[in-house]
Amino acid sequence: MLRSLTTGLGALVIYLILTMESGSLGLWSLEELIVGAVLALGVGLIAGRVLGKGEADYKKLLNPRRWALFLVYLVGPFFFAMFRANLDVAYRVITGRIKPGIIKISPGLKSDLAASLLGNSITLTPGTLTVDIDKENNFYIHWINVRNPQPSPEEVCGRFPRWARRIAE
Amino acid sequence: MVIFIYVLLGIGVLFNGLGSFALLRFPDVFTRLHGATKCTTFGSIFTILATVAYGFWGVARGIQGDLTLAIHALLALIALLLTNPTGAHAIARGARRSGVLPKRAVVDAYEGYKFEEEE
Repeated sequence: MLRSLTTGLGALVIYLILTMESGSLGLWSLEELIVGAVLALGVGLIAGRVLGKGEADYKKLLNPRRWALFLVYLVGPFFFAMFRANLDVAYRVITGRIKPGIIKISPGLKSDLAASLLGNSITLTPGTLTVDIDKENNFYIHWINVRNPQPSPEEVCGRFPRWARRIAE
Repeated sequence: MVIFIYVLLGIGVLFNGLGSFALLRFPDVFTRLHGATKCTTFGSIFTILATVAYGFWGVARGIQGDLTLAIHALLALIALLLTNPTGAHAIARGARRSGVLPKRAVVDAYEGYKFEEEE
């Protein structure tokens, strides 16, 4: 139920944004509103059957405080880390100085939502690429410049686990 | 304003170019993915920001339809930010599971990892 509701709502919002400026009812035309509602209903019903477990994660998606925190994270620490990541990769592309390896960290996240957020953040930030996650949410990470074969989570991805926990746990 | 848009476009093209260069220069699939995800995402952010700036500039001059352009570009940015790392992760995971070893690796914690078949 909650799965269908969250996914359908998300689909509706995206459809409304895509069809902005199409008519006279507010920003939309009547046709667009009807088609949007029907499509959102269909997507929601299908999602309720297809998507996996974890009702609690979907409840978090409806919480505006988490969205606000996510936006702060996106423009603040995440964008900064991404900027550094690009300078770092640019440096390695030009000089060819790499020391790659696959390492394992255990950030101790409990929910799938937080794990996927952290995994995506890791891939886009300095020198790291998520390769796999096992059942206990241990991350296997390809590190382009291994400084320590058995690192702590802080050494690899800084304060991201803390942010992931704050936003999605 | 035009100069500002050109600067954004220039930064974007520079980073996208570096990403392509990384594909040629790095030794194996994992290191290449580093270049292909980070640089192209960052470069595309700047090209999209240029489009958004152009759209809002059009709105300020009263041109019809430019708000739509800016908003669609922002949606594209969000989709890119979500799908690019996910795709890279899928490629890396598939490569490692099918037995591609990272070249010149100093450590490989994945060695000997027993993964269960997913049902």
